[in-house]
Amino acid sequence: MKRAFGWLFCAVLLTVAAGHLAFAQTTAPDPLAVADSYVNAPHPWQWWFPVAGSPMQAQIDWLMKYVLWIMAGVVGFVGLLMAYVIVKFNHKANKVPSHLTHNTLIEVIWLVVPTLLLAVIIGPSLSLIWYEGDDSNPYMTVTVTGHQWYWEYNYQSVPGLDYTSYMVPDNELQPGQIRRLSVDHPLVLPVGKKIKFDITSSDVLHGFYLPSLGVQKYAIPGSIQNSWTLITKPGTYYGECNQICGLNHDAMPIEIKAVPMAEYLAWIKVAQQNYVENSLAPNLISSPPPVGQFAELAK
Amino acid sequence: MSFTAHDPHEVIAPDHAHDAHGDHGHAKPGFVRRWLMSTNHKDIGTLYITMAVIGGSVGGILSMIMRAQLMYPHNHIVTNGSEWNSIITAHGLLMIFWMVMPALIGGMGNWFVPMMIGAPDMAFPRLNNMSFWFLAAGFVFIMLGLSIGEGTGAGWTLYPPLDNIQYSPGIATDFSLFSLHLAGISSLLGAINFIATILNMRAPGMTMFKMPLFCWSILVTAFLLLLAIPVLAGAVTMLIMDRNFGTSFFEPSGGGDPVLFQHLFWFFGHPEVYIMILPAFGVISHVVSTFSKKPVFGYLGMVYAMVTIGFVGFIVWAHHMFVSGISDDSRVYFEVATLVIAVPTGVKVFSWIATMWGGSIEFKTPMLWAIGFIFLFVIGGATGVVLAQAGLDQELHNDYFLIAHFHYVLSLGAVFAIFAGFYYWIGKMSGHPYPEFWGKVHFWTTFIGVNLTFFPQHFLGLAGMPRRYPDYPDAFAGWNFVSSCGAFLSGASTAVFFYILYRIFSSKETLPANYWGEGATTLEWAVPSPAPHHTFEDVPVIR
Repeated sequence: MKRAFGWLFCAVLLTVAAGHLAFAQTTAPDPLAVADSYVNAPHPWQWWFPVAGSPMQAQIDWLMKYVLWIMAGVVGFVGLLMAYVIVKFNHKANKVPSHLTHNTLIEVIWLVVPTLLLAVIIGPSLSLIWYEGDDSNPYMTVTVTGHQWYWEYNYQSVPGLDYTSYMVPDNELQPGQIRRLSVDHPLVLPVGKKIKFDITSSDVLHGFYLPSLGVQKYAIPGSIQNSWTLITKPGTYYGECNQICGLNHDAMPIEIKAVPMAEYLAWIKVAQQNYVENSLAPNLISSPPPVGQFAELAK
Repeated sequence: MSFTAHDPHEVIAPDHAHDAHGDHGHAKPGFVRRWLMSTNHKDIGTLYITMAVIGGSVGGILSMIMRAQLMYPHNHIVTNGSEWNSIITAHGLLMIFWMVMPALIGGMGNWFVPMMIGAPDMAFPRLNNMSFWFLAAGFVFIMLGLSIGEGTGAGWTLYPPLDNIQYSPGIATDFSLFSLHLAGISSLLGAINFIATILNMRAPGMTMFKMPLFCWSILVTAFLLLLAIPVLAGAVTMLIMDRNFGTSFFEPSGGGDPVLFQHLFWFFGHPEVYIMILPAFGVISHVVSTFSKKPVFGYLGMVYAMVTIGFVGFIVWAHHMFVSGISDDSRVYFEVATLVIAVPTGVKVFSWIATMWGGSIEFKTPMLWAIGFIFLFVIGGATGVVLAQAGLDQELHNDYFLIAHFHYVLSLGAVFAIFAGFYYWIGKMSGHPYPEFWGKVHFWTTFIGVNLTFFPQHFLGLAGMPRRYPDYPDAFAGWNFVSSCGAFLSGASTAVFFYILYRIFSSKETLPANYWGEGATTLEWAVPSPAPHHTFEDVPVIR
């Protein structure tokens, strides 16, 4: 009898435990999982910009093609002229050199035509500058602080939400993570919303560079630089530090998980619990990893 | 205005038949007196060229180390980040201050400016000597900066706060900063000397607008140095004060601003790129004209283009700072001003082509380098127009597209011009011909090597690879491998160059005064090869 009760007790325990596990899985899915479906990372032999993840990068891509086609035309034209000269006026083809040294018309033409080409380029180019500079009316603002050698993200509209983001060292990479690009705690942002970055640094210069979003600003100690983005598609986006900042300059990448608004709000709740409310130290997660780990990185 | 009457190349040679050039009246100086205490513009020019060969070799070895490290991801040839950073810093500074500048300005400028204007020597021969030895001392310091302790790890742009004392505590950074002071003083004294020489010591009849284009290019360059170097000296002095004497010019916690340094640095740094390329323009004009057997097309336009480039070069500096938090309106201004430079540069390129047009072109080695220069410089110029767009620079700033751009204008531009000038004038300098076949081998291996090195870097940049990384995400491996292969080919081509040097200096062949024939019309071709120790003992007459 006692034994039967014992078995029953065990069975109940197991059932409760299993149910609890199942319950835990159904009630707290990873809100960032949706970002894994699309990864915007550099690929081997890539020879053009990343697929544009924001309207800003789409405009940069467009202007780049526009300017580059014009300049390719110029280079091609000069190349053709030189090829013609080399074939036509080498000493075998043309034994007696002319002594022509002036032609006012042609000299005016090669002053005016390049000037016109520049005028054609400048119009769309200037409007892109103002577009990039317009960080008004953002949905939210994130303060990005560069440190030697990690990034710190502070969500200005979420009290206390402030955490750090370190590169995953080469020897701790998990399947699916990208060497030199994946981080321990990515920056999480909602898609379809204008997000402003207040970029600064706590020590030396860093560069906050997100190639697939068209964002780049130096992180300068003592002042705040602004930029903004609007991510169009849920997914994972990468960036890197792009201003020399010391011996681990190449080991402070940026990883962004862009998720729909519902997931973003769910993540905030989890993040607030994990990063803020459930710990006595407000930024438990932002304490730097052991020094030994970074000694590895220096290799 | 009648242009034909002003043709700069119509000069009459001084008659050398009856004056025994060389040593009469002077005892032949011993080695120490000749090379350590030289006041002769040609000997000092030779010293400068030797400096350039040494500086270029060290800088080149550093770039081979860099490309070996970057050949594969996760490579361990360079053992840590600070070693890497001191290598890239020294590579940049060496190539600029101890290779391109001494080769073009100190070397060819010293050798040929006095000869071309019909002057017996530089205006201040002892200043000239001092200027060289400051540079040599600076070389010792930059090597100390590279090799002591952790080295100098802030990149050649030296942006604080990374080189402030708390982030770069070693004395190596101080050595590097002092080496810039020495190189700066050297350039400044050289510039004063060139300006005084060109303005005051032209032979009778050699008016400014008869002066050969190389002299014009050196004159404009000298003015750029005169105005830009003191600004660098000021910025470097402030850095040294911040590091060692507790000031806070660039230290935010003391009320300073790191961006101030960037403004000061680039106010020097942008004219500096024209300091490197204008003398190259001058060399190319001479080579193109000589081998096309035609006078330079549009001489006046060429002069005005160089003066315009020099002037506008001073008011575009912040295009290096498009992502340093300058305002939108500043971005607009600096973009437009920068694009303006494309117009005079275009004038130069088209004038070179027009000089070749109708010519009877001989493709000797110097001409190959010159044609290579023109085409590759146009490619570098085209990517320069791309990078001048502030909106695009937000994506391209500091990535490998930029690296490709400035190596196209420097490593494929200035360096090609240096080799064009070297093969053009080495007979005049040494008295012996270079081996034509090996010269062409040198050209083609270099041409293929550098294009293979730097063209794929455009792709890396577009894909988003940042500069100054010793290790990178694996996706960038392919183009980096190609680039490294190209770099090793360029490195091998340098071995060809040293073989050519050996052949020249072991040669017994001699050369006539004008070994290029009818196309070579400037005054240096009127004196024997090698040019005598004292060029003109009679004042040459210019028609």
